Amino acid sequence: MVCEMETDQIEEMDVEVLSSMWPEDVGSQADNQFNVEKPVGDSDTLKEVDIAEKRTMADLKRLPELMNTTDQGSSQLTNLVRQWEYMQDHAVRLLREELKILTRQREEAEAKELKIIEEHNFETEEPENVPVLDETSHLFRRFRQKKRDELVDSKRVVIDEEFDTVAYWKQKALSLEKMLEASTERERRLIEKLNESLKTMESHSAPVEELTQNLNRAEGFLHFILQNAPIVMGHQDKDLRYLFIYNKFPSLREQDILGKTDVEIFHGGGVKESEDFKREVLEMGKASKREITFETELFGSKTFLIYVEPVYNKAREKIGINYMGMEVTDQVRKREKMAKLREDNAVRKAMESELTKTIHITEETMRAKQMLATMSHEIRSPLSGVVGMAEILSTTKLDKEQRQLLNVMISSGDLVLQLINDILDLSKVESGVMKLEATKFRPREVVKHVLQTAAASLKKDLTLEGNIADEVPILVVGDVLRIRQILTNLISNAIKFTHQGKVGIKLKVVSEPSFATDKEQNETSVWICCDVYDTGIGIPENALPCLFKKYMQASADHARKYGGTGLGLAICKQLVELMGGQLTVTSQVNSGSTFTFVLPYKVATSDDHSDDQDEFSDMVDHHQPEPDDTTEGHFQFKPLLGSIYSNGGPVISSNSFLPHKAMLTTTPLKLNNGFVATPSNNTGQSETVQVENGGYMDESRQNCPESGNQYVNGNGRCSSKESESCSSSQASSEGGGVLEMESELTVSSLREEEKTETELKETSKQPKILLVEDNKINIMVAKSMMKQLGYTMDIANNGVEAINAVKDTSYDLVLMDVCMPVMDGLKATRLIRSYEESGNWEAAIEAGVDIKTSENDQAFVRSTDRLPIVAMTANTLAESSEECYVNGMDSFISKPVTLQKLKECLQQYLQ
Amino acid sequence: MDALVAQLQMQYRNYTASLYQQGFLDDQFTELKKLQDDASPDFVAEVLSLFFEDCVKLIGNMARALDQTGTVDFSQVGASVHQLKGSSSSVGAKRVKGLCVTFKEYCEANNYEGCVRCLQQIDIEYKALKTKLQDMFNLEKQIVQAGGKVPQVDN
Repeated sequence: MVCEMETDQIEEMDVEVLSSMWPEDVGSQADNQFNVEKPVGDSDTLKEVDIAEKRTMADLKRLPELMNTTDQGSSQLTNLVRQWEYMQDHAVRLLREELKILTRQREEAEAKELKIIEEHNFETEEPENVPVLDETSHLFRRFRQKKRDELVDSKRVVIDEEFDTVAYWKQKALSLEKMLEASTERERRLIEKLNESLKTMESHSAPVEELTQNLNRAEGFLHFILQNAPIVMGHQDKDLRYLFIYNKFPSLREQDILGKTDVEIFHGGGVKESEDFKREVLEMGKASKREITFETELFGSKTFLIYVEPVYNKAREKIGINYMGMEVTDQVRKREKMAKLREDNAVRKAMESELTKTIHITEETMRAKQMLATMSHEIRSPLSGVVGMAEILSTTKLDKEQRQLLNVMISSGDLVLQLINDILDLSKVESGVMKLEATKFRPREVVKHVLQTAAASLKKDLTLEGNIADEVPILVVGDVLRIRQILTNLISNAIKFTHQGKVGIKLKVVSEPSFATDKEQNETSVWICCDVYDTGIGIPENALPCLFKKYMQASADHARKYGGTGLGLAICKQLVELMGGQLTVTSQVNSGSTFTFVLPYKVATSDDHSDDQDEFSDMVDHHQPEPDDTTEGHFQFKPLLGSIYSNGGPVISSNSFLPHKAMLTTTPLKLNNGFVATPSNNTGQSETVQVENGGYMDESRQNCPESGNQYVNGNGRCSSKESESCSSSQASSEGGGVLEMESELTVSSLREEEKTETELKETSKQPKILLVEDNKINIMVAKSMMKQLGYTMDIANNGVEAINAVKDTSYDLVLMDVCMPVMDGLKATRLIRSYEESGNWEAAIEAGVDIKTSENDQAFVRSTDRLPIVAMTANTLAESSEECYVNGMDSFISKPVTLQKLKECLQQYLQ
Repeated sequence: MDALVAQLQMQYRNYTASLYQQGFLDDQFTELKKLQDDASPDFVAEVLSLFFEDCVKLIGNMARALDQTGTVDFSQVGASVHQLKGSSSSVGAKRVKGLCVTFKEYCEANNYEGCVRCLQQIDIEYKALKTKLQDMFNLEKQIVQAGGKVPQVDN
């Protein structure tokens, strides 16, 4: 038993413990460390155990009660009793052993005495009555007998000598008597001593004293252990009211605690939780532990590990709980810190592995790119052969079906070729393989040829224009191939997303931009800013950031609608940056986009033409530009064909080139009248014109190469002097079969254009135009514009009025607002188209339009014609351009209407 | 005299340019200017006075529609906004037009708060524009009175 073993030590220390535990300055007895009720009145039961001056941890009044009523209490008492009994047993055992020893000593003494008696008895016969102890008398007799049997002979001899005097024998008897007395006396004393010792033994080990000592030891032990422990212990009754509490660092007086519950004492986080936890334990009847963080005004934020056990009385009824709390704030903090560190560690590890993965992927990607580039190259060569052959095949005589199949084949082949070229370019730029070549070239020519090429394959009614500022040098040095590539890419992009209006290139010299890094540039270098602008659908602002990303288009919708690989702009940007420039874009939805790139060039001396000559020889060899072509700053190209009218029919052409200046103006063919212009239109022309165009040529073209020209307008007045033209052949994709494609273009200076315009005003008959518009300001503006262009027009304020107007009058053109009250433009157009097809207005009447029943013959006559209807819309393009076409409109003008837009529209539809 | 004209012209140019720069006007106003010729010397002023009348009327309509207790007829407001958008777009009143675009979105979203805010801004904006343009016309008049020619201003 620990207590027993350490008793001495503990008792020694008790003094210390108490002095440190109960310092003088702590204050009045019970208020402080232990919340103990003062022992008053009824403490007399404990008086005799001398406990009064010592502090105990318990509420003295209630502790005995608890001890008596609870299991814990009785078991403790039982333990103490058992311990005492054991000690008593032990003491008895010790006493018995001592008794045994004493008895043995006595026996020894008696044996000695007998020996002495024996020695003297063989001489006397009378010792029969010798007063001896009863127990020893038989020994006497035995001895006597023995002596008679064995020592007869010697007796005689001794007797003879010593039986002389009585006095001697008397003396002998007396001394023996004395010895016996002394022995008896000793025996008596021993017995006395034994009794005495038994008595003291009994009185020494009184149970109460023993128990008290043990209790004191246990208490001292607890004090010793607990004096510095950050522990709170307590007992609460069934209602969780404190009956007693021990708190090492009390901040409340015991009267503030005893008899109250947690919630009555504290406020703040965790109090309720601990209360609930205690209650739970009480209800479940099962001891348990929990960590609770308290957030109280009293002691701030502290975490306690709380152990709560239910307390039962002897009848196994719950009477309350014991609880023990230990402050573990630091540990919890440490633990949390550790957890956080571990977490951080894990995150870092994850990031590391992610990084290695990324590195791995990057390596893989690089390999894949290399592979792609190699493969693309391998594929390109045979593919361009295929496409080239197909193109050559298309120039041979084919029937309609064959041609259609071939066209599909060529266009698909072209698409694949373009994709492969893009991929190749991109991977070249990205891997840094692409090398720039410095060649001399003429920016004007480049712009012109790019536009020319674009115009050649243009299938829309768009105006392509070029505008080069005067200060742009005639001759500069740069990688013309790449610059052409960028321009071509941007222009084809612009054309793709523009449905009407114009697409153009503008070149001007700018001062050195801020992003320029190459400081060693000398004065001979020049920064040229190139704008490629259009009046197309524009790019929504949110799509701008991903515009230059690979395989990305403004939206999935656009990708579906317009096709394309999504690589073009990425390549352009990379090329421009490779050349030390910058590519930017500004855009406004529905009114167009402008791509701007700024590049540095070296200025070359213009007298040296030699090395750029072959650069363009393939494009300009047939018609060497006029000397002034090198300084010509403005170009305008009109498309060969309007896309929606192109039927892709075969072209049978006789090859007669015009090696000199020729009038080759062309405009989109207007088929709205359903007939083609007669060849007689051409009589005014002194030269014949032959046009060949890679399979997209309309059949009617050969009959009327200029019938659609609004400047000429059927009377052939336009002379070759007034406009220059040039036909060029264009190389198709490199390496493959080269197909000569001829494209016509008109290059007319603005001045000349104006001149023709005045001619137009003078010569054309006044066409009838109907404007359907509900906004009177718009009407006013449009009317004024029309006036300036030399036209007048009728006005309808909504769809219903428009239908009535169309019914009564034969118009050459209808400008139709889309969004109008009463009836919108889309519906009105649908009804007009329905009339054109059926020859009656039933659909309109069904739709509720009040058709005035005036039988107008002209209306029926016109029913075979298709009335050009041009939508005017302010809505987003995605919505209305499709809608306009679906509803039978021929084209649209985006609002606000400008003079230029109106002019172009009129030029297109009025001849 | 010439110095005065030159000064007025300079002032006019700067003022007009500032209107473009501050986003009061856009290209469409330039278009409008182009339409003004000897045959219709007051064309721009006429169109603009029509526009401002329109503004007053349409803003009044919208205010009434939005002032309705209970359910607001957003389609009715939307129709007016559309009208105003068309008009402002035609005359090149850039700020008003921009506000109309936002206004229309709010209308479509049936956002009452947004609509009211837009209406208030439009009211402020068109009045500001009116003041600015009146100043501009006054300058034009002064130039003509001083015997000068109103210069062409491109933004």
